[in-house]
This record gives sequence, C-alpha cells and structure tokens, in this order.
Amino acid sequence: MFRQLRTALRTGIATEPVAAAGEIERVGARLASEVARLFGRSLAIRQVDAGSCNGCELEITGLTGPHYDLERFGLRFVASPRHADCLLVTGPVTRNMAEALRRTWQATPDPKFVVAVGDCGRDGGLFRGSYAVVGGVADVVPVDAVIPGCPPSPAALLAGLLEAIGRPRR
Amino acid sequence: MNRLVYGVIAAMGIAAAGLGGYGMAGGAGTLRLAWLVPLGGLELTLDPLGGLFLGLIGLAAAPASVYGMGDPDGGGRGRLAYAVFVASMCLVPLAANTMTFLIAWELMSLASYALVLHDRESEESVRAGWIYAVMTHAGLACLLAGMLLLGAEVGSQRFADWRAAAPALAPATRDLAFVLLALGFAGKAGVIPLHVWLPLAHPAAPSHVSALMSGVMIKLGIYGLLRVSLDWLGVGPPWWGATLLVAGAVSSVIGVLYALVEHDLKRLLAFHSIENIGIILLGIGSAALYRVAGLDALARLGLIAALYHTVNHAAFKALLFLGAGAVVHATGTRNMEAMGGLIKRMPWTAGCFLVGSAAIAALPPLNGFVSEWLTFLALFQNTRLDAVGQNLVFTLGIASLALTGGLAMACFVKAFGITFLALPRSDAAAGAHEASPPMRLAMLTLAAACVALGLGPTLVVPVFGSVAAAILKTPPSATGGDWLTLRVAGEFASLSTAAIAVALAASLLVPFAAFWILGAARRTRAYETWGCGRIVQTARMEYTATAFANPFKRVFDFFYRPSKRLDIEFHPESRFFVERIEYENPTRSIFDDWLYRPALELLQAAARAVGALQSGSANQYLAYILVALLLMLVLA
Amino acid sequence: MIASLAVALVHIAVVGAGAPLLIGALGTLKARLVGRRGPSPWQPYADFRKLLAKEVVVSTTTSWVFRATPYLLVATSLVTALIVPVATVRPPLAFAGNIILLVYLFMLGTFFLALAGLDAGSAFGGMGSSREVAVAALAEPTVIVAVFALALRADTIDLGRIVERFGSEPHLALNPAHLLAFAAFFIVMLAETGRLPVDNPATHLELTMIHEAMVLEYSGRYLALVEWASAMKLFLFMTLLANLFVPWGLTEPTGPVAVLGGLLALAGKLSVLTLAVAVLETAVAKLRLFRVPELLAGSFALAFLSLMAVFLVR
Repeated sequence: MFRQLRTALRTGIATEPVAAAGEIERVGARLASEVARLFGRSLAIRQVDAGSCNGCELEITGLTGPHYDLERFGLRFVASPRHADCLLVTGPVTRNMAEALRRTWQATPDPKFVVAVGDCGRDGGLFRGSYAVVGGVADVVPVDAVIPGCPPSPAALLAGLLEAIGRPRR
Repeated sequence: MNRLVYGVIAAMGIAAAGLGGYGMAGGAGTLRLAWLVPLGGLELTLDPLGGLFLGLIGLAAAPASVYGMGDPDGGGRGRLAYAVFVASMCLVPLAANTMTFLIAWELMSLASYALVLHDRESEESVRAGWIYAVMTHAGLACLLAGMLLLGAEVGSQRFADWRAAAPALAPATRDLAFVLLALGFAGKAGVIPLHVWLPLAHPAAPSHVSALMSGVMIKLGIYGLLRVSLDWLGVGPPWWGATLLVAGAVSSVIGVLYALVEHDLKRLLAFHSIENIGIILLGIGSAALYRVAGLDALARLGLIAALYHTVNHAAFKALLFLGAGAVVHATGTRNMEAMGGLIKRMPWTAGCFLVGSAAIAALPPLNGFVSEWLTFLALFQNTRLDAVGQNLVFTLGIASLALTGGLAMACFVKAFGITFLALPRSDAAAGAHEASPPMRLAMLTLAAACVALGLGPTLVVPVFGSVAAAILKTPPSATGGDWLTLRVAGEFASLSTAAIAVALAASLLVPFAAFWILGAARRTRAYETWGCGRIVQTARMEYTATAFANPFKRVFDFFYRPSKRLDIEFHPESRFFVERIEYENPTRSIFDDWLYRPALELLQAAARAVGALQSGSANQYLAYILVALLLMLVLA
Repeated sequence: MIASLAVALVHIAVVGAGAPLLIGALGTLKARLVGRRGPSPWQPYADFRKLLAKEVVVSTTTSWVFRATPYLLVATSLVTALIVPVATVRPPLAFAGNIILLVYLFMLGTFFLALAGLDAGSAFGGMGSSREVAVAALAEPTVIVAVFALALRADTIDLGRIVERFGSEPHLALNPAHLLAFAAFFIVMLAETGRLPVDNPATHLELTMIHEAMVLEYSGRYLALVEWASAMKLFLFMTLLANLFVPWGLTEPTGPVAVLGGLLALAGKLSVLTLAVAVLETAVAKLRLFRVPELLAGSFALAFLSLMAVFLVR
C-alpha cells in the first residue's frame, strides 16, 4: 500500500494539455444551441458498443487514464443511459445491435445528443455494405456529431467531445 | 349469519377492551363461582396487568373479527371455535386460581387447534395441527406440574395466596416451580428452542385467526412469564433474569434469521413473531435483573419497554397477517415467488402492509421504533449494575437487538418488495383484486393504531408505567417529559417521535422548494425499465426472493446449512441447449436436526422398549395386576 | 427559540450545501493521488445543476414508492442533520432522540431505497437492494455498540453532551478504548456510505455495485436528490466521526462566533478525514462481496473490545 502511494506521489500529475482544435463533423444544428450551454461544465457519457471491433473502445478507455483525463473537464462515463447526457456510439450498427441501440437512445432522458465515433460510426467504415450491418449510427438514431478516424486517438476524441460541448480549451 | 357472529365477537372484543382499560386505570374486581368447577371453583380477578392484556385481546379481536366478516374463504367454518377461542383468551388474564387458569388455557389451545385444522384436507395442515397439539400439551403438562407443586407448597390454589407466601418459599422449590412454569409459558410464547409449532400452525390457520394467534395468543405466554418472574414468586435470584435475557437475545436473532430465508409469506410472519417475542423477553429479563439489584426505576423502564412492545407487536403483526391474508386470498397462493405487482392491483392492502412493514422494521416515527428504543435504553442502563457477568449478558442483549433490527428491515424489504412491487410473477398475481371493504376497514384501523402508538408515546408510557409499578410493587414515579417529549431515567435520554414526524414532513418540502428556486425541469416520460437494450422484458428477469436472501444464506451458512439442488433438463438433440433449469437452495433447521429428531428417536426407542410389556397374553396381565396389588398393599 | 431555529438553518445549510463539496474534494484528492489532474472540487454542483434541467424517465413497471423515495431520502438526511452535533453541542433536535434514532433514520432511507431498487423489476436493482440491506444490517450492531462505549465513558447518551463531556475532560477521550471505537466506527462509515473497500462508487460493472445498482433507474431531478442524499449521508457520518472522537472546537451556541468557531473546527477535521479516506480508497482494492461480512465482523469485534475495556476499567 505505501509503496504504491510513494510511487504515485513521486510521479506527480501526468496529465497532458489537450490539443488546440478538435476535428468533428457536426451533423445537426442542435449542438450549437441549448445542448452546448447545458453541458458545458458537466457531461455524462454512456458509451454504446453497436458492434464495433473494439479498436475505438480501447482508445476511449485511454480517456480515463492520467494522460488524457477527461474528468478534469467535467466529463465522465456512466453505467446507465438514464444517467447519461451523451451517447458515444462506436461501431457500424450491426443488425443484432440496432434495436438495442434504439432502446438505449429511448432510455436516455432529454436533452441528449449522440456522438458517433470512428469511420464505422459515420457510415459503416470498413464494414459498409455488409449483410450484417445496418449502416452508420445515423441510420438508427439521430446523430449530432461524428468524430472521424479509424480509430480516432484519445486526444482526437477528447478534443472532439470538448468541441461538441463548446468548452474553451485549457 | 357470518356477519352476525363476527359482529358479536367484535362487540365482545370492544367490551373486553373497555373492561381492560378500567383495570389498567386501577379499578379492581373479583368474580367468584365456587360451584362451577371443582378444585377451587371459578375465580376471576381484575388487576392492572390482567387489565392490560385483556384490553390487548379485545382491541386485537375487534379488527380480526371485522376482517373475518369480509373474508370469504376463512370466515365460513370454525365460527364456534373462533368464538370459544376469543372468549377463553379473555378469561386467561382474569384467572385467579389454578383451575380457572388451566381450563381457560386448555380451551384456548383446543379452540386454536380446531382452527389450525381449518383446511382438513391438506397434509400440511394435519401435520401442523399434530405438532401444535403435542407442543401445547407438553407445555400444559409443565404448567400443571409447576402450579400443582406451588399449590402443594403454599397450601392454596389461589394466585393471591402465592403472592403473599412467596418470600417464605424454599429456594429449591421456587427455582423448580420457576423452571417448570417458565418452560410451559415459553413454549406457548414460541421461545427458541420450543418454537417448532409456531411456523407450522400460524400459516395453516385462516388469516384472522393467525392474526390473533400471533398477535395475542403468544402474548399470553408472555403474560405467564411476567407473572412467574415478577409476580407470583416474588423477587428471584439473578439467574432467572439472565436466562430470560439470553433466551430473548437468542430468540430474536434466530427468529429473524429463519424469517429471512422463508418464501411462504405467512411463515415469514410467524418467524417474525418469534423474533419479537425475543425482544419482549429482553425487556422482561432486564426488568427482573434490575429488580434483584434494587434499581426499581430501571426495572420499571424494562417492564414498560416489554409491555409497549407487546402491544405494538399485537398491532403490527395483526395488521401484517390480515394483509397477508388479503394477498393470499387474492392470488390463491402463499408463495412469494409467485407474487409481484400487487401494489397496483391492491393499493389499499399494499399501503397498510407498508405501514405494518415499516412498523415491524422499527423505522421512526412508528410504534415499533418507540418500543425498540425503550428496550435499548433499558439495556443501556446496565452500567448501574456492578457485576461484570451481568454487564456482559446485557451487552449481548444490546448487540443482538441491534442485529435483529437491521435483519428485520432486510426481511421486510424482501417481504414487501417481492410481494407487492415490480411485475407479477404469475397469472394469479396478475389477476389479483383488492380486498373487500370489511377487510380493508380492519387493516386501516390497525394501521392507524400503529401510527397513533408511534406518535403518542408520551400518552401511552404513563399508563404502562402505572401497570409496571403495580406489578413490581413500587410507587409510580412521575414520568418525565411533556406532551411532546418522552424523557427516560431522568436526564439520560429523550425521544420525541412527534417532532421527528413534523421534521420529516417539513423536510419533504425542501426538495420542492429547491426545484422551484433553481428552476428545475418538470417533464416526466414513461418508458420501460432499463434492461441493457434487451428486446424481451418479462417478470422472469426480476429478482426472486431466493436470490434476495442469498447474501444472508452465505453469511450465516454455519447456521442455515444450506444445500443446493440443481436440476437441468437438456435438449434431447444436444447438450449445448438447455430446456429447463430448476434451482433450489433449501436451508435446514438445526433445531429439527439436533434437538427434536434425536429427542423423538429416543422417545420412540423408549416406547419400543416398554412395548415389550404389551404381550397380549391375558395371564401376563393378571400377573401384573397381582404384583401391583401386592406393592400397593406393602407401600400403603 | 429563535436561536435554535437559526442553528437549525445553519445545520441544514452547512450539511446540504457542504455535502457536494465533500464528495467533490474526495474525487479531486483521489485523482491527484493517482497522477491525474482530476475534476474540480466544485464539480458535483455543476452535475446537480445539469441534472435539474433534464427530464425524468420513469419506468412503467414502477409504482409510487419509486417516485416518493428520493424525497424521503432527502428528508431523512436533513432530519438527521438536525440531530448530529455539527457546529455546536446543542443540535436543534437533540431532544428528539439520540444515536438510536440516528441509526434508524438512516435505515428508513435505506429501506425505501431498497424498495425502489426492487420496484423497477430489473435484476440489477434487486441485486443492489439485496446487497445493500445485507451490509446495512451487519453494520448496525457496530455503530450502536461503538457509540454505547463512548456513552458509557461520558455517562450520557445524548450526542451533543458526549461531545461536550469529552471536550471539557480530555483525559476521558485519550485512551485505547476510544481508539478501538474510532477504528470500528471508521470501518462502518466506509460500509454504510458505500466507499471502498466495501463498494466502489465509481464502478460501471453492475455486478460489482451495491449502492449504485439501486439508482440505475433514476434520472434527472430524482437522481439529483438521491445523489444529494447520499452525499449528505457521507457528510453526516464523517461529522459524527470527527466530532465524537475529536470533540475540541465545539461549544454551546452562545452566538454567531461560537457557531462559526465550531464550523471552522469541523472544516479542519473533515479535511483531515477526507484526505484519510482518499488515501485509503486509492490504496486498497474493493473486497469481494462475501468478504465484506468478515470485515464488518472484525469492526464489531473492535467495538465490542472497546466496550469491554470500558467495563473492565471501571
């Protein structure tokens, strides 16, 4: 116990400053309006895996670590969509996950917005046109923003999310 | 016809309650009919303690009878037995000599036996009735032995004479009489390990009878224990009080542990009765111990706590049994695993059951909390005693009372939650209908009583205080506190449930005020329960009662000795597909395994050995008669 | 009358407004201890603000119990705040009850929260309820026995008077029995408020949740109330721990200066406690659920020893 504490204190704060601008494709006008105002200081994110290869998930997991630390901006991940403001959807929506995604979206209270992650989320990416895939996330639930990449790096994810909620960078 | 009979009994109950109130207030009276029965005649005396219990019986019988009016399956048969039951129970606290007492006691037992056998067809009822009859008559044998022993020593069968002659009794006789009488009364009260009949008999009887059996009949066992330890035998040695305290501690914890793993709603309530009897015994034991040490004020406190809990338990246990009866009638089953969603189909029953559950879980500001608080205070004061051994016993009592309070809350979360909340787990539950108006009236009356007893301890405690003072033969002290606050033992502690209730009600407004000030959104949307996006959401996905009790089974596995039964039916084509899984996790009763089964086997072995005498040969029997005659002639 | 009303308002304001700051500070400290910058200590206020603007999604399976529970939870926490000696040794509702009332008021909240967990008809909610009541039931004896040990030494069971007695006679408070009772109460505090090693408040794995599992169905303003009540519970437990065992700084409510002094003392003690809890939470892993009763039994043994020590010394 003490050895771990000593190491932690000796290492200090490892958080890196976030990138200057995020690459994000806005799909609707909603983000610019009351949604951004509401969630500027506190955003609860529920990550939904709609059939992804888990590459994006690994990058998203990096966000909670010391280097990228999304909590310093008031963002955090939650377990239940009832607690969530933002659905972070990864993966091309496979046919098996389409209904689940729809129900998750319905279970989230308004106001909410959806961010599709990766090229798969935008339009099916690598798997576009497959018999098992519906298409991009926009084909199942209304999407407000897309963070492109295959997979997008944690820095890109963080910058994109901050751009989505209109936070000034620090 | 039904309504007439039950109406008369209800009226009789209220009259009895009135008489009881008169007795508590200090009015006394005697009725003597020497010619009615042999060996002393019928003698009835009204004194404060008897008055309290009479009032209790009457006030419990009234709602139970009103319920019986409205209950279609329970009310038809057994009306005579019910009338005899209530009448004989009313006679017990008034009895003033051995004969009257035992006749009333036996009538009560027989009448309740007839009522337990209400459903004569089912094997379970028959077995329950049999075990009940055996246990109650074993208790009667002990009572008979003890009372006759005392009668022979004192030279009279009247209780008043025993009271007067108590200081002059030889300690050995007194101790023996105490043991015999205490065993008999403890068996009726359902103290561990004499409790085996309770969880079988109470569920088998119709609900209004169960309510009376659990709420009032076992309290007559408590009445007997009070008389024995504090009244008829004078001031006894400390081990009496210590035994009662330890028995109370053990009963309270074991009772609630068994209740936690029960899925039969009425059996769960029956086990809870054992737990509450344990709590009452904690109060009585502490009163006895304080009395021996000469701390009269504390003895009064312990007794007040015990009496208060007696009354409270009668109120909320009767309420819970009546609610359970309504549920069983509506769904046709006693098994909690088949219920659910009843709160939307039986809102009144659910509301009353919730009040009863909160009361029995000792949640403020209801009545269960007040009597448990008083019991805690009575136990806390043991610092005034000097013997470390006694301090240890009291600390055991405190720890067990705290544990049982928490476990009781857990058990009633399960009982109310699984039975009433979420989705119905069977078609029967889905088709349940609300209870009939008389049943609802009975339940509402008892719920109101629970709330009143909870909010008004300042009015109730002085009454119990005077009763306690009368038994302990100490002058009644001016009870502390005003109409709002109850003060105990001088400045040691105070309680004000009324203030708490007002504070809670006021605090409920704070969130609304905060919402209004901060401009909270007011939209509400209805949607399905979050099921991880699953497409099918049925009652099969709800938590079951077995699962709810699982953490407790694991923690206390040395006590429950659970075994697991897993039955899997595979698809005939492939073992990768499962058609049906049946999982059972039954617990074993250590009392059955270690106490009753060996005792019964011993009894049967002894009977077999003695059975050798019964040879069937007339010559041998003539020889027996000759030998017996010769022996009698020699001894006489 | 006016004075006690003012003190009551101070209690409610401090506990109500200070509880989210406590939770926030705890989160920041935990983050710093693992090398992250972490959220700001004022983050919970922003979270509550946002939650109030969200709509509430209520499951069709639930009943009025589900909707009433958040309000009841807040009510029990606020009433408890009036019984605990927060800034003075005369809490406004001290006449209404003592440690037993406190324990059972918390149980009232737990009772309804557990029912709300079962009400939604989901397996997670039921699981959370079952675990929560198991932990609460097993923790209760320790609280009562530990405070009883203190009450014995102080010769009174009223919480405010215990603080006063120990504050004015320090030699009573500095002995091994006290330390044992402190350790027992500390462990129980972690158990009752759902902190590591008993329960991880930040977990996303439902199978590891105890308290969080019961609130999975709550959203919007109901969730805000439930989280606020849970923060207040932590605040009150820490206040009890701080003021009962380190009683200096609290006096009679003779005026605003006395109250302010008490509050400053409380702030100091709570800072130390928060740091201790943060260090502990960072250093230990969550216990397996069925090891928690062993931990609670251990804390009970400590409380029992503390009580025995008091008896034997007398």
